Amino acid sequence: MTRRTVAELSRSLARGEFSSLELTQDYLARIRAHNALYNAYITVTEELALTQAAAADARRARGEHGPLTGIPLAHKDIFCMQDVLTTCGSKMLANFVAPYNATVVERFNAAGAVTLGKTNMDEFAMGSSNETSFFGAVRNPWDPERVPGGSSGGSAAAVAADLCAMATGTDTGGSIRQPAAFCGITGFKPSYGRISRWGMIAFASSLDQAGPICKSAEDAALMMNVMAGPDSRDSTCVETPAPDYMATLNDSLQGLRIGVPKQHLAKGLGAEVEAALQAALKVFESLGATVKEVDLPNNHLSVSAYYVIAPAEASANLSRFDGVRYGYRCASPANLEDMYKRTRSEGFGSEVKRRIMVGTYALSAGYYDAYYIKAQQIRRLIKQDFDKAFQDVDVIIGPTTPHTAFKVGEKNDDPVTMYLEDIYTIGVNLAGLPGISIPAGSAVAPNGRSLPIGIQLVGNIFAEARVLNIAHQFQQHTDWHLQQPEV
Amino acid sequence: MALERSDVEKIAHLARLHVDAEEAQEVAGRISSILALIDQMQSIDTRDVAPLAHPFDAVQRLRKDEVTEVDQREYLQRIAPATQDGLYLVPKVIE
Repeated sequence: MTRRTVAELSRSLARGEFSSLELTQDYLARIRAHNALYNAYITVTEELALTQAAAADARRARGEHGPLTGIPLAHKDIFCMQDVLTTCGSKMLANFVAPYNATVVERFNAAGAVTLGKTNMDEFAMGSSNETSFFGAVRNPWDPERVPGGSSGGSAAAVAADLCAMATGTDTGGSIRQPAAFCGITGFKPSYGRISRWGMIAFASSLDQAGPICKSAEDAALMMNVMAGPDSRDSTCVETPAPDYMATLNDSLQGLRIGVPKQHLAKGLGAEVEAALQAALKVFESLGATVKEVDLPNNHLSVSAYYVIAPAEASANLSRFDGVRYGYRCASPANLEDMYKRTRSEGFGSEVKRRIMVGTYALSAGYYDAYYIKAQQIRRLIKQDFDKAFQDVDVIIGPTTPHTAFKVGEKNDDPVTMYLEDIYTIGVNLAGLPGISIPAGSAVAPNGRSLPIGIQLVGNIFAEARVLNIAHQFQQHTDWHLQQPEV
Repeated sequence: MALERSDVEKIAHLARLHVDAEEAQEVAGRISSILALIDQMQSIDTRDVAPLAHPFDAVQRLRKDEVTEVDQREYLQRIAPATQDGLYLVPKVIE
């Protein structure tokens, strides 16, 4: 009964073809059989899942259900879940049992979804390969020699390998979209502030955004209907109520104006990815859309600006991990400073420490203007480029990543090589826009394995419904999103 | 800009991180390569551009000054490394 979209599972549950308890048991069995290979889960909450599934079945019997009641899901281990281990992929929080629920967790609970567990991730969401996790690398279900992408790599691998029906992720510079592209699934980062960040462990507060990781745009719309909306506990969460994202999925694309950034077609883009993009554009044209080139002249500086802003915000956010109130504390500290320093040095991994130091440096006396202010100025230029492009087009479509998933260990020598992986996604975070990655092709690896290719659709601010509509229409006329790896 | 070992030691102290003498050189090299990436920003003139701190230039909204949280001290301190009489314990600061 697994290997189906959320929308299909929801219809089957409604028709009584199977119960949520049976479905949940099926997913738990798959996790037991396959998680050792993929390492997608850090924690499996079996007992909780079975209890929630039984409650969901009872709720359905009473007729008090919504579309996600009884659907098994996994949460990225960045979301606090009451009485459940919440590690953020770090030794620092390897013993942290959260005392409260994130808003996102609370909303899925209220919708009657079934939580299977917490998924692996790059430590504190800092990474593009899921190799920085204290709990070990996650393997890509399409080829276990390769990375699933990051930082939401566990969620993406779990959805691709069908170890859950849907999963939550977070995206600061591409952490939902890039793993979705590498794992051949659908990953959506809404506009900044569309979903509450309450209880989501902070990395870079002006960029972080939660979103759905699933098998289709329709599933993303179903998840958005639960996740999005105002929250008084997050003052950066927008107060405008969220629309019904399902209502507009079937709108026509007749007259849709698509912009393709000429900078994204330049040097660095793999031939197979470009071919998949061009084929996808033909599909959109056949649905009544027109395609023109748009200019994002400052996009090449997005990675540079991001690697000031994100580490600067991270260095402030991660100062809370001091060994005093929760989490790791070093053994027998000599004095307070020794406790802070050894707790943080032993508790954080090398990539996290590197970013804290870069951020500390960028914010330090004498460098603040040259780095931090400069990066924020470039952030405005990047945003203005998007604003200008959206005067002429409704959606911007390009590649999600320069190429398909790389091998575990391939890009570990130089952090900068890894950072440049996110060249197409980072600008979208800097501008706060909604972006979705959907499967649009595949390439064959030297070992004969098929590797998925993703394309990215970026909408104007708060145009989530339109982006999901465009992605859904593409998926109504293609079957890339239905392809699944041999598990 | 390339960092020296001494720069790394200074930054590490500001961030309350401990960097071993053996590691410092390697860390300096890696951070220097990140700074080289960042320095590409200097290639364009941004003199008249206002910095963007929030993607929509939004400002922080305020809520009414009302007590909304209940006292959960005991519950929240259960996950602390060391507490006594409702207080968090740290190594002795005052002799």
